[in-house]
Amino acid sequence: MAVLVIAEHHHGGLSDATHKVVTAASKFGGDVDILVAGENAGAVAPEAAKVSGVRKVLKAEGETLRKQTAEAMEALVVPLMANYDAVFIAASTTGKNIAPRIAAKLDVMQLSEIIEVVDQDTFVRPIYAGNAIMTVKSSDAKKVITVRGTAFPAAGNDGSATIEDAAAPSGPFKSEFVSEEMVKSDRPELTGAKRVVSGGRALGSSEEFNRLIVPLADKLGAAVGASRAAVDAGYAPNDYQVGQTGKIVAPALYIAIGISGAIQHLAGMKDSKIIVAINKDEEAPIFQVSDYGLVADLFVAVPELTDAL
Amino acid sequence: MKVLVPVKRVIDYNVKVRVKPDKSGVDLANVKMSMNPFDEISVEEAVRMKEAGTVTEIVVVSVGPQQAQETLRTSLAMGADRGILIKTDVTVEPLAVAKLLAKVVAEEKPDLVILGKQAIDDDSNQTGQMLAALLDWPQGTFAYKLEKDGDKLKVTREVDGGLQTVSLTLPAVVTVDLRLNEPRYASLPNIMKAKKKEIAEKSPEDYGVDISPRLTVVSVTEPAVRQAGEKVEDVATLVSKLKTAGAV
Repeated sequence: MAVLVIAEHHHGGLSDATHKVVTAASKFGGDVDILVAGENAGAVAPEAAKVSGVRKVLKAEGETLRKQTAEAMEALVVPLMANYDAVFIAASTTGKNIAPRIAAKLDVMQLSEIIEVVDQDTFVRPIYAGNAIMTVKSSDAKKVITVRGTAFPAAGNDGSATIEDAAAPSGPFKSEFVSEEMVKSDRPELTGAKRVVSGGRALGSSEEFNRLIVPLADKLGAAVGASRAAVDAGYAPNDYQVGQTGKIVAPALYIAIGISGAIQHLAGMKDSKIIVAINKDEEAPIFQVSDYGLVADLFVAVPELTDAL
Repeated sequence: MKVLVPVKRVIDYNVKVRVKPDKSGVDLANVKMSMNPFDEISVEEAVRMKEAGTVTEIVVVSVGPQQAQETLRTSLAMGADRGILIKTDVTVEPLAVAKLLAKVVAEEKPDLVILGKQAIDDDSNQTGQMLAALLDWPQGTFAYKLEKDGDKLKVTREVDGGLQTVSLTLPAVVTVDLRLNEPRYASLPNIMKAKKKEIAEKSPEDYGVDISPRLTVVSVTEPAVRQAGEKVEDVATLVSKLKTAGAV
């Protein structure tokens, strides 16, 4: 048995998500190898070799792999799969982009965003944005799996794997990288943040949203989120939306301010470790999932909270 | 340019899903069903491209039960030209849907297929990418903006931490994310007009595709219930509780 983990890395550093995927892959069993592909693969490979429990690191560098486009990654990974029983990758936008392409080429039904490995054929994954949990058994000979990082602890760093070169596919491919525009913010990214402060419709305007939510988030080093109602009302941009049709978050601390707690919102945040709700309506459904509920006027309570921290 | 837009009928996003007592799945009886919200965005985008003169014909296709015809009618009322219903009462997995769509593509020869990035029922996020792989077409997933550029399509994608732009040589597959557009509501006259538009009925057998599932559902359960915690008196109490819990 052998499992291939496709590493995620940014700016020459291995991402924490990779360590979590290695943990999931180790539960599957057999030898675990890591594939480091793309820009800076040479710099990242020694770091990948230190991840606990890894046998071998495959390093693939080349112009075609620079931005890990799905077409080039498919051409790289599919032939490698002759040597592996499963491929594991983080359920990030990169992993979600690549994995189904590999699965289709291998004629395998992918298992998306697993949260548990039961055995080599059986996996647990959330459906309906986490409102139901499904255990499925795969009859495919090879497994293509994306892993929800929040469900697995990170593997350690006491490994000493060997590093081998893998040939980059020669293009050209029908997809070309043009540019990227990464958000430069001191605030953490919403889906990976350890703390999230979200605002709802009760804030009443984008001015109040910025005046009350943002300083509290900054004080906590938290990402800023919003309910769909707040986004639809134009108080916050769409990429702030937490919920079934927005981002799914599971931070250590989630503070919901002026959010009633519609099903669609709860689906996006109810796996958070500690939930705080501030709402003036004591019947608001958000209080049914919150660890600490404060029935109060947010316009008074939020500045007070920001000052008290 | 001709566009194919696959659409899926799912439980309405406002409905609280209930797991069946025998753990065999989610209860779909007497539950409001709607078009997958991401698919509404795909239809809207195709219609806007037609209005802008970049697209000449929009074909919508759905794999599902007879009632999926209503989902196709909704797309037609939004502005699609005709529909194809691939009728089946069994659950069809993304890989099989992608195989069926690849056959439809072979028949219809669209220049572009636009799909929702995922369906909000099984949350797989696979069909578009699988279709692209089966066709050996380039893909632009999680689209935030589309721009036709000669025989290429520039797709700006929502990626973790920002936006990425790729240039695809047509024909191509695009999957859409939330911010691409705000789907319209169909007007009454357009709903009436849509009733006269053609929907062809097919079966998976017509395309010679084996749709037998690769995955067996062992169980579907409710997620661990979250216990409501306590109400706190004031901000000072909240802060002290959070400090005790190590949260701040």
